[in-house]
Amino acid sequence: MARKPLQFQLNGRHQAVFTDDGQNLLDLLRRGVGDLTPKYGCGQGTCGTCTVLIDGEPHLSCLTLAETVDGRQITTTAGLAEGAELHPLQTAFMDNFAAQCGYCTPGMLLAAKALLDRNPSPTREEVVEAISGNICRCTGYEPIINAILDAAGRRNQRRYG
Amino acid sequence: MPVRVETFDSLDAAASALRSTRSARFFGGGTLLMRAANHGDQSFDTLIRARDPSFRHIRSESEGVSIGAGVTMKEIIAHRDLSFLIPAAQAVGGPAVRNMATVGGNLYANSPYGDLAVALLVLGARIEFVGQGGRGVEIEEFMRDRDRHQGSIVRAVVVPRPRDPSSFRFVKVSRVKPKGISLLTIATYLPQSGGRIRGARVAYGAMGPRPLRATAVERLLDGQYLDSATIERAAAAACDGIEPRTDSLASSWYRREVVGIHLKRLLTGDRR
Ligand SMILES: Cc1cc2nc3c(=O)[nH]c(=O)nc-3n(C[C@H](O)[C@H](O)[C@H](O)COP(=O)(O)OP(=O)(O)OC[C@H]3O[C@@H](n4cnc5c(N)ncnc54)[C@H](O)[C@@H]3O)c2cc1C
Ligand code: FES
Ligand code: FES
Repeated sequence: MARKPLQFQLNGRHQAVFTDDGQNLLDLLRRGVGDLTPKYGCGQGTCGTCTVLIDGEPHLSCLTLAETVDGRQITTTAGLAEGAELHPLQTAFMDNFAAQCGYCTPGMLLAAKALLDRNPSPTREEVVEAISGNICRCTGYEPIINAILDAAGRRNQRRYG
Repeated sequence: MPVRVETFDSLDAAASALRSTRSARFFGGGTLLMRAANHGDQSFDTLIRARDPSFRHIRSESEGVSIGAGVTMKEIIAHRDLSFLIPAAQAVGGPAVRNMATVGGNLYANSPYGDLAVALLVLGARIEFVGQGGRGVEIEEFMRDRDRHQGSIVRAVVVPRPRDPSSFRFVKVSRVKPKGISLLTIATYLPQSGGRIRGARVAYGAMGPRPLRATAVERLLDGQYLDSATIERAAAAACDGIEPRTDSLASSWYRREVVGIHLKRLLTGDRR
């Protein structure tokens, strides 16, 4: 099976790796690069926990052919905190009890980040739409929606990174 | 089973590779193909990609808007010439799916998918293929005989703009809000002149194996005023000549029972 060289930015760091023919991006990130923050839920595009940002836009890494990210910028949950300082979305998720088992959280955080980067003051409806491809089996969504609105509010009070 | 991926710079080269490779599929956005590969689908072993930029254009032409088959739902939503297609493109999956899902792939998606294709069908789009000159085929003919086009690559679809934007309506009915798989999708195009409907077109998604026209409803609407008596008659005939499908979301019986109700709501502008 052919292995293909691939270069991209992962959370601002340059990566040069080999991808197996037909490998999906989730598998490449987890097994090839060792970033375990994108989770494997369904492998079918339905659950959203494998969501990563490619050039700032949410994509399902389980359905992304790894070789198509050559030269692009990828953000995973591992890239949210700066050192010990959590990203405002992460803090808001903790304060609002928006994670129970936490399995959906990486996808939720990135779907929310994509929204807030584009739209700093979303309505509740826009938040619901932004996470509509992400399933949570625990929280009933309300705490997650509240957390995202809370993070947006904090960001508008002080500068949001 | 490992899948081989072959990437070409031109669509023509990709088309000839597709023709000469057994068990190959053309790769659009990959939302359905990667899903199938992850699920262990053995019906293909090669994916053929094209990096051709001509595949991703959106261009106004005299006949309508030409949309490259590689354009995503997200790109449709963002383009000012395609605002009439927003309700349909927005109905496809969640935000991540819309960043990936292409127009070409939506034409080949089986029910309950193909929401954009329902809108393209009702608007009378034309499908152009790589390596085949001429005008391509009408979407209606394409949908009727889609398997015949399995080995070809769609280059673009040309969509006539609705003369009056309010003459085009679209609704996707699903059980999960705000986003779920289609129970049924309805698109209507009812241009009027002198208050009467002229050239009515009505199409359904998820009612058959692929998007289809509701010709009985069209005949009832044509030449009429869109008043409550006409709407009642159209709703009563909503399923005439159509055998709805049964799937894990709904039975054929259920779809038959509710399609008229949703058609009536769409025609009366009742957005509940
Ligand atoms: C979680 C999830 C939710 C979804 N929700 C919806 C929904 O709500 N509505 C909906 O309509 N769909 C939905 N889909 C299905 C799918 O994402 C869309 O139909 C999409 O438009 C398919 O396009 P693609 O580019 O990803 O197709 P691909 O996976 O790339 O291809 C699908 C098929 O089309 C063929 N093909 C692709 N492009 C071309 C071309 N240019 N010429 C010839 N053949 C081509 C491929 O060979 C393949 O057989 C969903 C999918 C997932 C995973
Ligand atoms: S693992 Fe990708 S959507 Fe579930
Ligand atoms: S917290 Fe358990 S799935 Fe969301």
